[in-house]
This record gives sequence, C-alpha cells and structure tokens, in this order.
Amino acid sequence: MSAPVVIKVAGASKRFIIRKEKSLKERVVNFGRSNQHKDDFWALRDIDLEIRSGSTVGLIGPNGSGKSTLLKLIGGILQPTSGTVEHRGRLAALLELGAGFHPDLTGRENVYLNASILGLSTKQTNQHFDAIVNFSGIEPFIDTQVKFYSSGMYVRLAFAVAVHVDPDVLLVDEVLAVGDEPFQRKCMDRIREFQSEGRTIIVVTHALDQVADLCDRAIVLENGVIQVDGDPMEALRHLRADFQTMRQDEIDRDRATAAAAVAAVAGVQAGDATLAALPAPALIAGGRVVRVTLTSADGQPTNSITSGDDMAVTIEVEVDGTVRDGVIGLGIDSSMGQTVYGTNTKMMGLKLPAITGGTAFTFRLPSVRLNEGAYSVIGALAREGGVEMHRFQPGTPLSVRADRHSVGFLDVHTELIHTERVEPGDSAPDALVLTADPTRSL
Amino acid sequence: MTDLREQRAIRLATLPLVPSGPRSGFIRGTAASARGVWQYRELLGLLVRRELKSRYKDSVLGFVWSLIRPLALLVVYVVAIGQFLGAARGVSAIPEFAIYVYSGLTVWQLFSEILGAGTSSIVSNGGLVKKIYLPREVFPLAVIGSALFNFIIQLLILLAATFISGSPPSPGRLLWAVGGTALVLVWAAAFAFALSAINVYLRDVAYIVEIILMFGFWLSPVVYQWSQVQNSIGGGFLESAFLANPVTLAVLSFHRGFWVAGSDPLKYPQPTGLGEHMLVSVLVGLLALWLAQRLFARLQSNFAQEL
Repeated sequence: MSAPVVIKVAGASKRFIIRKEKSLKERVVNFGRSNQHKDDFWALRDIDLEIRSGSTVGLIGPNGSGKSTLLKLIGGILQPTSGTVEHRGRLAALLELGAGFHPDLTGRENVYLNASILGLSTKQTNQHFDAIVNFSGIEPFIDTQVKFYSSGMYVRLAFAVAVHVDPDVLLVDEVLAVGDEPFQRKCMDRIREFQSEGRTIIVVTHALDQVADLCDRAIVLENGVIQVDGDPMEALRHLRADFQTMRQDEIDRDRATAAAAVAAVAGVQAGDATLAALPAPALIAGGRVVRVTLTSADGQPTNSITSGDDMAVTIEVEVDGTVRDGVIGLGIDSSMGQTVYGTNTKMMGLKLPAITGGTAFTFRLPSVRLNEGAYSVIGALAREGGVEMHRFQPGTPLSVRADRHSVGFLDVHTELIHTERVEPGDSAPDALVLTADPTRSL
Repeated sequence: MTDLREQRAIRLATLPLVPSGPRSGFIRGTAASARGVWQYRELLGLLVRRELKSRYKDSVLGFVWSLIRPLALLVVYVVAIGQFLGAARGVSAIPEFAIYVYSGLTVWQLFSEILGAGTSSIVSNGGLVKKIYLPREVFPLAVIGSALFNFIIQLLILLAATFISGSPPSPGRLLWAVGGTALVLVWAAAFAFALSAINVYLRDVAYIVEIILMFGFWLSPVVYQWSQVQNSIGGGFLESAFLANPVTLAVLSFHRGFWVAGSDPLKYPQPTGLGEHMLVSVLVGLLALWLAQRLFARLQSNFAQEL
C-alpha cells in the first residue's frame, strides 16, 4: 500500500508587496500614487508538491529562496496568492522555539500555554507534563518565571514541549537540535523516533549534512522555484555546485572591482610590479585550477583505486601575472559533500615558489585507506592570507573499492581479540584473534 | 515500529485533505471560524489567564490595582463633578451620585477596555501570529475574556455598594444590567474584531481609538443625566442619534439596574422604549459582529506578512 498524501501544494504562488510607507499620513499624501510606493516580488512561483506520509523532506536553498515561505504556506500561517495548499491529519509548526512563551509566566504555566498553542488539550498536557519536564532537564526551575531562564534552558523547555505534541506532520524551521551537545543528541534521537513512528517531517535547514543524514527526499528552491526534487544526494550536489558558482562569481566580481580601483589609481600604465605593491593585491591577480588528475601507483591516470593503494593527485593551475604567496590545497569529499580529508601546502609547512603562467603540482598520497564509495578530489588555489582564488569543483571523481566490512569513510583492518576472563591465580589463557571473513560483505 | 507507521498511514488515508489556513466563503467561513475557535477554547482560557496573570505580575498589590483605578476615577468624578460642579447638590441633584457614576463607569470600562486592548491584540501577539497557525480570533476574544473578569469584580463592588447605601436593586432590575452587558459585549466584540484586523495594516488605528474612546466617555451619560441632554438638544434627530449609541443604551440600562434612588420616572426621566431600543441595538450589533468577523477573516490571510 502506498502511503497517503499528507501535503498537497498545487500551483501555489506567493507574492509579497513591500510598501515603503506605513502611516496614515503617508498613505493619504501618496494616495493615488500608491503604485510608486510599493515593490512586489514573487517569493514562490507555481509550486507543485505532494508529500506522502512517513517521509522526511528537506527544503534547502540559498537565503531568500522561499524555503521558509513555503513552509509557512504549508503551515497555513501565510495564504498563497494563487493556488491551493492542503493537508491531512494533525499539523504542528515549529518555526520558532518558544514562540508563545510569555516571559512573566513560570515554566509550568508556559508549558501549558505553549502545548495548547501547538494543539494539545490540557488533559493531554497533564499526561505528558512529567515527560516534558524530564526531557527538558530543568525540573528545579520549572516554577521560575521564564524571563530568568538562561537561553539554553529556554530552548530546552520549548523543544521539550514541541516534541511531546503528537503531530502527523511536523514542520521545522532550523530548530532540529538545540542546547548543548548531549541535549542535541537527545533532540536528534527524538526526531528519529518520530520518523520510525511514521510521522512526516518537513524541515527547512542550512545544515546540509543533516539533510543528507535525516531526509529521504530533498527539495532545492532557488528564487521561489523548485530546482531539484528527489534524492537528497542529488539535491545536495546540485545545491553545492550552485553555491560554488555563486562564490566564484563573487570572487570574480570582487577582483574586477579591485582591479578597476587600482587601475584608476595607478593610471594607464600598470605593470605587475606596481600591482604587487598596492594595498589590495590579493584580489587583483586571477588564478584558476584548470585540472585535477589522479594517477595510480603505476603512473597510469585512473579514477578508481582499491583501498590501501597509493595515489597521486596532480593539480594544474594557471595564474594571470605572478603569484608570490600561492597556496595549493587538496581535498577529498564524500559524495554528500562532507570533507573526508583535506590539506594544503601551508598546513604542510611548505612555501611555494612564485607561480607564473601555468604550473602543475603533484601530491603523493601513500596507501589511501578509504572505505568503499564514491568520492571527489578537489584542488584549490589560494593566497597566503587565506583568500581563495579558485576551487576546482565538483572535482574529479574517485571511486574506491574496499572489502565492505565496515561503514564510514575509513577502511581500518580491524581485528577482534577474544580472551577468556582471567581469574586471579589462573594461568593466562590463549587469546584468539579473529579477522573479518573475506567471503562475507555487508 | 512498522506497525505504528502503517497504522498512521491507514488512519491518515481515511482523513480528508483540508486546506491549510483559514477558510474563505461567507457563510461556510463563519462556521469554520466558529469551529476553529471552539477547538481552541482551552487555549482561549489560558490566554485570558495569561493576560490577567502577567498584567500585575511582580507588583505587591497585584490585581488589586485593577480595582484601584476605577475607584480613583470614581473619587475624581464624585468630588469634581458631584461637589464642585454641583451635580450632586442643589435642585437638580442626582441622588446617590456615587452609585450613579459607578454603575455607568463599570459598563463603560468594559467597553473601553475591550476596544482599547482589543485593537492592539493582534499586533501585540505578532510573535505568535507569525509563527504558528491558530484561529487568530482567539486574541481579541482573550482580551474580551480578561475585560469581563475585571468587569465582574467591579460589578461585585457595585452590588456591595448598593447594599451599603441601603437601596439594593431587586432581581428584576438586574435583568436590565444583564441586557446592557450583552449589548456592550456584542458591539465591543464587533469593534475589536474589525479594528484589531485593520490595525495590522494601519497602525494609526490604535491612536484613533484612544481619541474616540475619550469622546465616547463624554458622549454617554456616565457623569451627567439623560434629562440634561434632552433639555439641551431637545428631541429630534440629535436625540435619536444620541440614543443610537449602544454604550449610551447600556449605561442607561445600568442606571435602571443599580440606581434605585433614581427610579421615579417623573423626577428622573428615562428615554421611552429603552427596552425596544436595546433589542434593536443588539440585533444590529449581531449583524455588525458577523460582518466584522468576516472582515477579520478576510484580512487575516495577510497578517503574518504585515506584522
């Protein structure tokens, strides 16, 4: 049986009108010309979306892409300008922790108030009250006014209330885990429990690793339009590539601005020597990583290795003019974009010679013990001060074969040693060393 | 665990898809709004409690302050208007002036508190409106709830005062006060709905309401007598306009209810057909309340983005 649709968004658009005036006087004075005094923009355009029960969906995208607006439409807090938004079952929106907390009331009173705002009856709250306080871990302060709470205690209590509501669909905006690390772990455990209970979770977040970790579906929004909808890995790849382009654009723009400023100051003739002496040289000279190639131990170009093999990474760079303080970086990312390994010549304590024109650098990586999976190898060119000039992304693909006895990124040849418990006076028994069964894999 | 998943899926499959947010439509929308508020009635109670608790929190006297304020006003009016201006002295003296003023003041305070606090209720709860979907009607309604609480306490004081002064009202008279209260509630609620919604878009409304309330106080016969108005405007259109004011009707009905000393209609004339006037006013008020609620429902779809 396929899971029922719990959220259905059909052709929904949302237009915001930004008025520059607010008071009656301004409105009267500008009456009739009011169109000049308002801007409108479309936060969302023709969104079609169906979310089935039991799935965890991540809404991701750059700032201002309409993620939170979409979440508010789903939650009924905003109404679409056109189109429809429908839901099924009980919906709880966690857009801001402690939204209904009143500073003058005690923790206890606020629990009841907040639970009621989230749709719990007083009877249900009575049932859950001990669990809520327990979860929050702030029993001694429950009868203190919340204005005296530390910010950590405040969010703990708010989160505790929120996760004890019994929603079919939970909408979350950036508040998946709060407080210190042990409490965050507790939050995440609770979220996973929600998942295993078949609740639907829709989360807006910038923590992309969390999306990869939690979600079974991800939606990339950009400028109010759905770009990618599907597998989180694919969505993350798309978004990261976009972020990289945005970043590169910004670097190029800064460089162009700086170059223009320098040119204006230095007049018509501006040789390399003049440029290097000027205050903002870091931004002026351009540079690129043109290629990253992988070679296996026998010197052949390759894209796949077996765990434990040697590998060499050649990074070819090209600079305009001369870069005297260049730094070359190397990184291995997982397919979800997490950094598995990274280093650069500065960390290695090396000083590069001045780079002019095109040059190649080769890193040798002996016995790469990576676990089975797809990775990408990234090269970057930066300057001593940390200004990155270019990053070669998404990078050169690398697939690694391993014996699949473990999960994670590292391939460690683990052994199990079985020893009988030694009672005092016994002679030491023989230890039994067990290695992984080579014929079996995960 | 998979059991839970499947159970939930099966249960959800039986539920209908419902639109998120408030429903539109004139008649159906009203029913939906009423249902929404009913679902959140417990929250309403908690919000009223929150208003009351947080108002005088950390003050030593606590909510006694809400009694001191009207009593202080009473002293001012009794001394300044009753003695200095002579409303309680001389030939046209109002007997038991304190009771007279306090009965009018009680019902006026109910109206002005609902209007004043109600108008800003959505804006001051902006944090909630922006973050969580609730039937937003609960905010003006919570104001009405807390105003009613204060009203009842004042009413008890008023009743006690009538006993002390030796002329307690008969239960039959109190029916007038019940009618007056209903009248004020209907109209104040209508205004609170409409104004709280408009105030989100136009913050000036809150200040306009302050001024209107000032006028409103002197436009209703709280500190003067109906007969004095009658003498100066003398019938006709102005008189009916004066009587069309629902607060005036409510104040008059409270006088009938509690001001036993002034029950001689020859000495202290009352407008004819007060009951009929009130009935009509309640009916019109109900219509206004409905329209105000529809206006509220229409405007509330953009509350979250305007706040």
